[in-house]
Amino acid sequence: MAETPPDRRPLLRVEKLRVEFPTRRGTLTAVDNVSFEIGEGEVLGVVGESGAGKSITGSAIIGLIEPPGRIAGGRIYFEGSRIDDLPYEKLRHIRGKRIGTIFQDPLTSLNPLYTIGRQLTETILTHADFSAADARARAIELLGEVGIPSPVQRMEHYPHQFSGGMRQRVVIALALCANPRLVIADEPTTALDVSIQAQIIAVLKARCRDRGAAIMLITHDMGVIAETADRVAVMYSGRIVEVGPLREVVKHPRHPYTVGLMGSIPSIREKAERLTQIEGSMPRLNRIPAGCAFHPRCHEAFARCMSERPELMTNGPSQVACWLFDSRTGSAGHG
Amino acid sequence: MIAFILRRLVQSIGVMLVVGLVAFGLFRYVGDPINNMVGQDTGDRDREALRQQLGLNDPFVVQFARFAGNAVKGEFGVSYRQGRKVSTLIAERLPATLELSFAAAIFALVIGVPLGVYTGLNRNKWQSKLFLGLSLVGVSLPTFLIGILLILLFSVILGWLPAFGRGEVVRLGWWTTGLLTVSGLRALLMPTVTLGFFQMTLIIRLVRAEMLEVLRTDYIKFARARGLSNRAINFGHALKNTLVPVITITGIQLGSIIAFAIITEQVFQWPGMGLLFIQAVAFVDIPVMAAYLVLVGFLFVAINLVVDILYYVVDPRLRVDRAIAGGGYG
Amino acid sequence: MAEPALGNDAGLGAHEPSRRSSALARAWDSDLAYSFRHSPVAVASAVATLVIFCGAAFAPLIAPHNPFDLASVSLLDARNPPVWSEGGSWDFPLGSDNLGRDVFSTILFGSRLSLVVGFCSVIFAATVGVVLGLVSGYVGGFVDTVIMRIAEVQLSFPAILIALLVDGIMRGVLPREYQDQVAVYVLILAIGLSYWVHFARTVRGSTMVERNKDYVQAARVIGRHPVAIMLRHVLPNVMGPVLVIATITLAIAIITEATLSFLGVGVPPTEPSLGTLIRVGNDFLFSGEWWISIFPGIALVILVLAVNMLGDWLRDALNPKLR
Repeated sequence: MAETPPDRRPLLRVEKLRVEFPTRRGTLTAVDNVSFEIGEGEVLGVVGESGAGKSITGSAIIGLIEPPGRIAGGRIYFEGSRIDDLPYEKLRHIRGKRIGTIFQDPLTSLNPLYTIGRQLTETILTHADFSAADARARAIELLGEVGIPSPVQRMEHYPHQFSGGMRQRVVIALALCANPRLVIADEPTTALDVSIQAQIIAVLKARCRDRGAAIMLITHDMGVIAETADRVAVMYSGRIVEVGPLREVVKHPRHPYTVGLMGSIPSIREKAERLTQIEGSMPRLNRIPAGCAFHPRCHEAFARCMSERPELMTNGPSQVACWLFDSRTGSAGHG
Repeated sequence: MIAFILRRLVQSIGVMLVVGLVAFGLFRYVGDPINNMVGQDTGDRDREALRQQLGLNDPFVVQFARFAGNAVKGEFGVSYRQGRKVSTLIAERLPATLELSFAAAIFALVIGVPLGVYTGLNRNKWQSKLFLGLSLVGVSLPTFLIGILLILLFSVILGWLPAFGRGEVVRLGWWTTGLLTVSGLRALLMPTVTLGFFQMTLIIRLVRAEMLEVLRTDYIKFARARGLSNRAINFGHALKNTLVPVITITGIQLGSIIAFAIITEQVFQWPGMGLLFIQAVAFVDIPVMAAYLVLVGFLFVAINLVVDILYYVVDPRLRVDRAIAGGGYG
Repeated sequence: MAEPALGNDAGLGAHEPSRRSSALARAWDSDLAYSFRHSPVAVASAVATLVIFCGAAFAPLIAPHNPFDLASVSLLDARNPPVWSEGGSWDFPLGSDNLGRDVFSTILFGSRLSLVVGFCSVIFAATVGVVLGLVSGYVGGFVDTVIMRIAEVQLSFPAILIALLVDGIMRGVLPREYQDQVAVYVLILAIGLSYWVHFARTVRGSTMVERNKDYVQAARVIGRHPVAIMLRHVLPNVMGPVLVIATITLAIAIITEATLSFLGVGVPPTEPSLGTLIRVGNDFLFSGEWWISIFPGIALVILVLAVNMLGDWLRDALNPKLR
């Protein structure tokens, strides 16, 4: 499947993950047969519109899907062992310690009634046997690492006393304090000012690189991906439609949806009259079309697209889930 | 911090003024004070003279100022019904009501909060559903009915506890307490449960609802994502955040308890202020009604003030910090 | 989270159109009705409430006696025990009270009175509260401050106290001859005045949210009258929470009326409500005539419980966060 060097097993391997939400009007499938891998230290960008299933995939990996949602199928392997069927307590030991998480809104991610120093030392002490003094020293060190000035004073401050960007740095510090191997960053910059976003991404990337930690960067913002990712996975309607190295996906998008996505980003270099637009919108979860989920909006759809759902197929350095790239019928032939 | 306290103090004084105004209005304008004081035979000229003597023809502001001045000193005149000084009556009755109210409040908190936390944390266990169902029944039971049922069970049928009165009381200066005698404690039991029951069920439902809200927040999710133990999450983070709004509500509930004491005192013939007030309403004994109003108003305002200060102390978001001014850049 | 809650966005709101297209069929299919049909608690409490309502409404037809007709009440019939005890008869199935009134009939008529007072108080409170809330939220400024200050002051006092106060004032102000006649109206006024605040606050909050929305601004620019705007746009949005508060307030109003009657300052003694009966029976507990208090008590609890359960279910069903 993926192009990881043969001597290294992937840090995270997700196989045919399926997440369902039973409702009284039927079962909604939010994540449908999703498979991907993340290698040690690499940054995988997961991009797609709101509702495409990216965040739920992230939540599924750490086992924090909100009921009534549940993992209905597939497996998740982390560092070679299966984690999706672990009992809560075992999974809890992995969370924070081996897989760190960052959520979107730093204001609501932090408990308003505790100082950030307290929240940091508590997390440190949960995962390591430090003394209180050592934990405190470590917390101050971390704050410095993520770029908070005067960390010693700031330890005693409450979350509301920080600006948005500073709060997200604190969140990053919290996610990294036990030196996890993988960080799942779910829309880490969406709630921040544009001017701050680049800084936060830079801090995240730098500190993870220091530790050799991989990042699963979930976002709907291609600009953020373009700065940071090694590989990109494009999600649509709960499925992965294309995955490959960053340059490939951005410069040579294959799947018609990816083509549309890339085309809709204005370029400073090229002169263009109009932005490309994909007609229509992503289908509702209870009305996903048969066959390829994208076919109603696709200009290149043909008969096979409407009845058979395409799997990810290799095409050069990327993989695409599109019948246009079915290797049996040639590189870009119709069915 | 000081600014906050000062502001709240000013507000409190404002509220007291309004209460005072209402009480004064009662006093002066409901019914005719003169008619209540003298017999039928007194001639008009004598009534007029009395009116003049009591200053009832003075301008409104002057009368109100006089009333307010007297009120602050605890002077409310003489009860129409009993002919005794209102302040004496109140002093006799206040300890009974206060003891009962505090006992009920403690009962409601000590049982209500843990049960609320339990049903919030374990919402799917059958015990939780049972408690919740019982609390729904509890909210539907009028206080007086609870009292009657308790009397039926424990006094009439079982004969274990006294149905009326306070038992033996011990005098400590101006205060009388029933807490130091066995009969006093036995007499306190049923009224306490009766008075506190409604508040207890409210607290259970409130704490549970808050707990469920808090458990749904992002910061709890993030805490889980950081691998914190269930104990740390439930009792460290969730509990603290739940209790903060609960403090305010329970503080206000204490005021509610003092008012509901009226009912309980009627059922158990408990010699407190509530019973006094009811008798006053039935007989239109204005001075007592006005005094009760001012006193209870004062208690409520004081309680609200204390609760606000407590809230301020507990929730850091309400404190204005000098550090913010110099603090964080992006 | 970036993903919207799967509730509304995933099309739960706009489901496949029902093949039966009448409004009634649509209502049956709605989330509210579905939740109702599948909740045994809601159905049970609705049935109980319906039974009591019918009993109360048709009291004159069902009740074997008319306890309000003093001519038909005779002291000779006083203090009969219920039919299953010694000395009881079907004439007085649940026994009779100290004046010879049949307990069963009085429960029916008394429930009627309790319900009437309860409903009217709630309607009164809701009307005052909604109007003041709309005005306060829309006009803002000084008017808003004044109304909210009054509300705050009133909120720090328990309703029972306010009800007692209003009742006491009326008693002092009205001449003695009229007191019995207007007692019920005074009661409705007293209870209604105690509970308008919750309605006002909620409506004010929603009004302020709606007021700032674009379509309202647009309407103002065009010159539509503010009252029309409020009535047409804000009111429908606010009805859900108002309904929930109304149900809960109904339960509390019924209890408040019963309490006031129990204390002797509620309905006149010639027209007993459930609270009055309980008060009367209280004196006879020790002599063993328990039925005078207990049966009305049970009736009262069932009534309030049913209303509370309905209110609880309604609140959960209308709460979008819990779907």
